[in-house]
Amino acid sequence: MSRIAPALTPTLAAALVLMCAPARAAWDLNLPPPVTPMAAQILDLHNLILWICVVIFIGVFGVMFYSTFAHRKSRGHRAAQFSHNTRLEILWSVIPAVILVVMAVPSTLTLIEMEDTTRSDLSVKITGYQWFWEYEYMDSGYSFYSRLSTPREQIENRAAKGEHYLLEVDNELVLPVGKKVRFVLTANDVIHAWWVPKLGIKKDAIPGYVSEMWAVIEKEGVYRGQCAELCGKDHGFMPIVVRAVPAAEFEAWLGERAASAANITETVTLDPGATVSDVDPTVTVGG
Amino acid sequence: MASIDTTVSHDNHAQPYGIMRWLTTTNHKDIGTMYLVFSLLMLLVGGLMALLIRAELFEPGLQVLDPARFNQMTTMHALVMIFGAVMPGFVGFANWQVPLMIGAPDMALPRLNNFSFWILPFAFTLLLGSLLTADGGPASGWTLYAPLSVQGGMGVDMTIFAIHMMGVSSILGAINIIVTIFNLRAPGMTLMKMPLFVWTWLITAFLLIAVMPVLAGAVTMLLTDRHFGTAFFDPGGGGDPVMFQHIFWFFGHPEVYIMILPAFGIISQIIPTFARKPLFGYDSMVFATAAIAFLSFAVWAHHMFTVGMPLAGELYFMYATMLIAVPTGVKIFNWVATMWRGAMTFETPMLFAVSVVFLFTIGGLSGLMLAIVPADFQYHDTYFVVAHFHYVLFSGAVMAMMGGAYYWLPKWTGHRYNETLGKWHFWLTAVFFNITFFPQHFLGLAGMPRRIPDYALQFTEFNMVSTIGAFGLGIAQLLFVYIVVRCIMGGARADARVWEGAEGLEWTLPSPPPAHTFTTPPKIA
Repeated sequence: MSRIAPALTPTLAAALVLMCAPARAAWDLNLPPPVTPMAAQILDLHNLILWICVVIFIGVFGVMFYSTFAHRKSRGHRAAQFSHNTRLEILWSVIPAVILVVMAVPSTLTLIEMEDTTRSDLSVKITGYQWFWEYEYMDSGYSFYSRLSTPREQIENRAAKGEHYLLEVDNELVLPVGKKVRFVLTANDVIHAWWVPKLGIKKDAIPGYVSEMWAVIEKEGVYRGQCAELCGKDHGFMPIVVRAVPAAEFEAWLGERAASAANITETVTLDPGATVSDVDPTVTVGG
Repeated sequence: MASIDTTVSHDNHAQPYGIMRWLTTTNHKDIGTMYLVFSLLMLLVGGLMALLIRAELFEPGLQVLDPARFNQMTTMHALVMIFGAVMPGFVGFANWQVPLMIGAPDMALPRLNNFSFWILPFAFTLLLGSLLTADGGPASGWTLYAPLSVQGGMGVDMTIFAIHMMGVSSILGAINIIVTIFNLRAPGMTLMKMPLFVWTWLITAFLLIAVMPVLAGAVTMLLTDRHFGTAFFDPGGGGDPVMFQHIFWFFGHPEVYIMILPAFGIISQIIPTFARKPLFGYDSMVFATAAIAFLSFAVWAHHMFTVGMPLAGELYFMYATMLIAVPTGVKIFNWVATMWRGAMTFETPMLFAVSVVFLFTIGGLSGLMLAIVPADFQYHDTYFVVAHFHYVLFSGAVMAMMGGAYYWLPKWTGHRYNETLGKWHFWLTAVFFNITFFPQHFLGLAGMPRRIPDYALQFTEFNMVSTIGAFGLGIAQLLFVYIVVRCIMGGARADARVWEGAEGLEWTLPSPPPAHTFTTPPKIA
């Protein structure tokens, strides 16, 4: 009896969603609003290059479409028989090369800045597991696991989906606003990638490797992201949530957490084969 | 023409009929047909997998596939499309057209030709059969990144052996094409007089010979890591997971051009025909193709900007990748200049060719954006990349093959296809293709990673649009199958020239050409 329902539901849902789409305003066309200086630079760079590409595209295909209308046999156009024009050919090799240099300069400058992880205020070690994240504040040694908190019922369509469906976790990564945070990435099993679009950072977490990136979050708020490297069955179910709070609030939070973690004598070992649903999400490991 | 009449009597000599004809044939035309039929079949199989993926992604939540099956579908869709549809498709075109275009009686190594085709059905039985094993098929993406690909079950081993077999098939096919082009050109057919399709295939064949062994090496190392205690990619044993990516993409990037250069060749045949004007900048087309092929060996790591390369490495691969825009641009400009001041008509092949130039350029420009390392950090492994490579692979390679099929079908079958239906097929394909893939750019920019079976609510709208487009695109291809089958069965007689503006040796032969052609080499002016 429920055979028909799954087939019908999507159609109805599509009709509904498409009708009330403007109200939901989820037809985002561009990168999300940045909250770090580097993400802002990336957005500017992206927009610059996008518009250069759009202009080139309109130029080239303006010519082509003019030609497809004007130079038709049906309009009595007689075919010219030229097949070379050295000056033109040199021109359209050199001009693109110049445009490429124009693109390469700001890209290089931004990249150099992005790769400079020195003079950081604090370091957070991120470890990817199948399929959750571990965060460790390297200065205090306090660490915890962060897992998807969306209930299974929502994923299996047995309950209505919440606002942050699949982008919510049990333990958020709390970071101070206005500080240069250096992230150190690695993984325990397979390759994962840590990505928060509004922070403008993405890097692979690779077993046996330690890589680095950094961010200065300028605005308080909650920023969500996901694992961005296929890592197996539950790749789509290991989100990232960063909560950016004022520096003082962060210090207080971390002090309290680190102290209470130190009191826990019992450490819970993790079954490496555990999936999202069958490991107790409130695990803390004393540091 | 006199030379042809003397060969007609060969047509029926001791030729087996029925299935034995196809099993034992060494005729380039029969083998070309088998490659093309195989390619079409794989296009439908891979397309079906794509529709399963799109059905799952129609709305948030898990409905159609569980996550493990979903990963197998994305992996298998890519493997089937790349190794089953696109590569054999182009080899089919090469088999039919290279001998006809250079005035050769057949491929130089006809038995090898038979062998390279008949490997494929077995390879794909093995590959698709992996879906039936207890642990299912490969689920690590077609890139088979270690260590994830070390985890799978027997299906991964079946995939590895299937890839070995496809590699052997490709290498033998490539050797055959090179030997044919170097040795069997009609007197007077100098290299710089060859049709551009032949040139692009010559260069592609060199790429194949260079990189297919590299892929074979990568998957063999994977195999020994899985079963024989090596640790090439296992950091626990002193290995390196990133090394797999370097080896894979050293194959993978030239592979991208293996899939697009013959498409460029087909487009370069179609546009002059329907513009009734010689190809603009033939020499620069040849050099641009060679330049693209040469550069393809030096840019592989742009697929792996997020692995944490040193700054110098990132800068080098960014600059080298951007450089490819120059020869690619030359090609686009040459095609537009070929059309300029021509006397154009827009039969189905021309519609496909013009839209390939247009849509491939969208993929080319998004490729340029992906080369910009800081921006790539935001695009990498998102739907922006999925949109990008479908613009170059579907509206580049696949639509070029469809245009090529319409262009040469009357020659191959002796019948004209239904032009009205052909145009319908074109417009449905072009429109639904864009409905499917254009929104994926926005999804990627908004933050949707690729290869996920379920997604956050803000991605719903564009995913729905994309899925609707995908089903339209899929159904439109049934029309293509119908048109092709109808054309093979019958239709208006096609004359030798077929198209008013067609130039080249193949058009001097009757349609359909007899089984043996150019047994006496034609005279080239």
